[in-house]
Amino acid sequence: MRHTLSVLVENQPGVLTRVAGLFARRGYNIESLAVGQTHDPSVSCMTIVAGGDDLVIEQVVNQLDKLIDVIEIRDITQVKYVDRELMLLKVKAEASMRGEIMQIVDIFRARIVDIGQETLIIECTGDAGKAQAIEKSLKPFGILELARTGKIAMVRGPKYGDV
Amino acid sequence: MKLTGAEIIIKAFEHEGVDIVFGYPGGQILPFYDKLFDSSIRHILVRHEQGAAHAAEGYARATGKPGVCIATSGPGATNLVTGIANAYMDSIPIIALTGQVPTTKIGSDAFQEADITGITLPIVKHSYLVRDVNTLAGIVRSAFHIATTGRPGPVLIDLPNDVSTATAEFEYPPPVALRGYRARREIDPNLIYQAAKAIGEAKKPVIYSGGGVISSGASEELRELAERAQIPVTTTLLGKGAFPETHPLSLGMLGMHGTKYSNYAISYSDLIIAIGARFDDRITGRLDAFAPHAKVIHIDIDPAEIGKNVRVHHPLNGDVRAVLKELLLRLEAPEDQEWLKQVMAWKAENPLTYTRIEGVIKPQYVIEQIWDLTGGNCIVTTEVGQNQMWAAQYYKTLAPRTFISSGGLGTMGFGLPAAIGAQAGCPDKLVFDIAGDGSIQMNSQELATAVAYNLPVKVAILNNGYLGMVRQWQELMWNRRYSQTDLNVGTPDFVKLAEAYGALGLRATRPEEVRPALEQAIATPKPVVIDFVVAREENVFPFVPPGQPLTKMVGG
Repeated sequence: MRHTLSVLVENQPGVLTRVAGLFARRGYNIESLAVGQTHDPSVSCMTIVAGGDDLVIEQVVNQLDKLIDVIEIRDITQVKYVDRELMLLKVKAEASMRGEIMQIVDIFRARIVDIGQETLIIECTGDAGKAQAIEKSLKPFGILELARTGKIAMVRGPKYGDV
Repeated sequence: MKLTGAEIIIKAFEHEGVDIVFGYPGGQILPFYDKLFDSSIRHILVRHEQGAAHAAEGYARATGKPGVCIATSGPGATNLVTGIANAYMDSIPIIALTGQVPTTKIGSDAFQEADITGITLPIVKHSYLVRDVNTLAGIVRSAFHIATTGRPGPVLIDLPNDVSTATAEFEYPPPVALRGYRARREIDPNLIYQAAKAIGEAKKPVIYSGGGVISSGASEELRELAERAQIPVTTTLLGKGAFPETHPLSLGMLGMHGTKYSNYAISYSDLIIAIGARFDDRITGRLDAFAPHAKVIHIDIDPAEIGKNVRVHHPLNGDVRAVLKELLLRLEAPEDQEWLKQVMAWKAENPLTYTRIEGVIKPQYVIEQIWDLTGGNCIVTTEVGQNQMWAAQYYKTLAPRTFISSGGLGTMGFGLPAAIGAQAGCPDKLVFDIAGDGSIQMNSQELATAVAYNLPVKVAILNNGYLGMVRQWQELMWNRRYSQTDLNVGTPDFVKLAEAYGALGLRATRPEEVRPALEQAIATPKPVVIDFVVAREENVFPFVPPGQPLTKMVGG
């Protein structure tokens, strides 16, 4: 099963290496990892999507929790949370096809952020399902490049842990 | 007062109560060594950095205080790696201080540059690359705190040359609050209550205790638990000494080379009380056939160990000693004595044994004689292989911190430098390194260290001219094809080797020479090497072949 881990870490050099290295050394699988500074500049938030049965994930959480630079770790899979991923797609778009592509972009509430002679760059924000759906819809036109950030997540309601 | 980085390290070491360090100088660590010259901290100059790391570990394990090892950048630092890995696997607090090229040169492949924080990432509890001298005092303080609390382990401090010469105001900071580190954990009283109840209801309980009992200082509590509830105790290799092995309730060591009765007891038990132990594969044998009828109480400070290898019914996550104290308050002793009778019958029927041969020294006999002559009152370190297992089986350890062996990593060459570290920390103790002819050659250069500082360790080499444990596996599992395990050609004359270093060298080739040689070694106030020429193809029995259940023991 896929688990979403929200990990607060010290915002310091080498911390990402420690976290990723732990996954590699113990043979755990990372599906996606997104990291960025939080409102507290000394803290970064990592959102890790990892695959594995419950026992494996419990080990992942326990082992990560032992890292001194990991301040807090939560498996939020079973909690109500909002998750988003940003995806950029470069699509082959001759003038004749542009109308159709723009319709798809509208339906998904995505945006066109660059127009080239025969290409468009589309920016799409959403959860994993939406990203998958727009990718599928644009595929017939020819996807030339695709970059995605990996998922970031936040628990709904009051500050998690305060309730 | 402004101090240099090197001076700050020394001041911080003094604040942490460091009296002895083990190390080897070099270019990038020179600023530190220059200041050390004027310091009261005693420095033991080893002959190879690996020796420094193992000596620091031997010191830590014998004294209970953190050990410190020091090396320069590049090859000095990489030579520490095996010792750091060893301390990590056995959860021993050591601080490794390494020199590093100046911060301005880091990443440029400068002379003697190695990314030692990167190299050691998976084998340290934590590590620091110091970039700013103003953070140095706090880093040293945190390093000692992290190494010695919670589940102990090695911490590395990588000190670039320019940081060690830069200056900063020195004030030893108060204990550092590390927001990502929880050394102590609250114990849920309800879980304690349930575990106590499970002990009271158990029909066939057994205590399985490990190194955590020793690092937590919980031997007395363990003994009280065993005696009050009349539960037999088996220990791991690292747990030897946590419970006196002459005690009627002691079953000795369990696992691959454990006693038959300890393996029977754990296999047929209905309740395993695991204390500071981690169900390693050398303990469990085939995991899915391990103790099939047992419920498990697991007391451990590391939450990641609980449920890692076996299913745990009563998880007690916390400091072993603190948990045991709570448990003892609520302990209900099982009433049924049938099980204990059964275990004691197994113990009486299956003693450790070996065949004596006229005129030939059996390695087990040497260990028995060391035990007999010292009354179990010395510190024993071991190398790795047959020598280690015979020492574990036949040297009945009586007290914590007196049996020091490389368990998790299984590092050949550990015993001599560990003995040197133990002897430096415990000058009044008799220290024996039980060695093999293979292992001793991995760090025999440290005889120079022992002689230079007159650390009078006794090295008992069980010399069979083989890499004995590998040969045993080849005999039993690889059709006696002794590929690359015969060491007879090229092995030095150990008596002459000892003499070359200025130590005393002795040799025994017949059983009647064993005891006089040991007596002479013990009476000699300097390092001694005794070459015991033993039966060449003796095997360590009992033996649970890898991948087999514990009840499928071979031999013995």
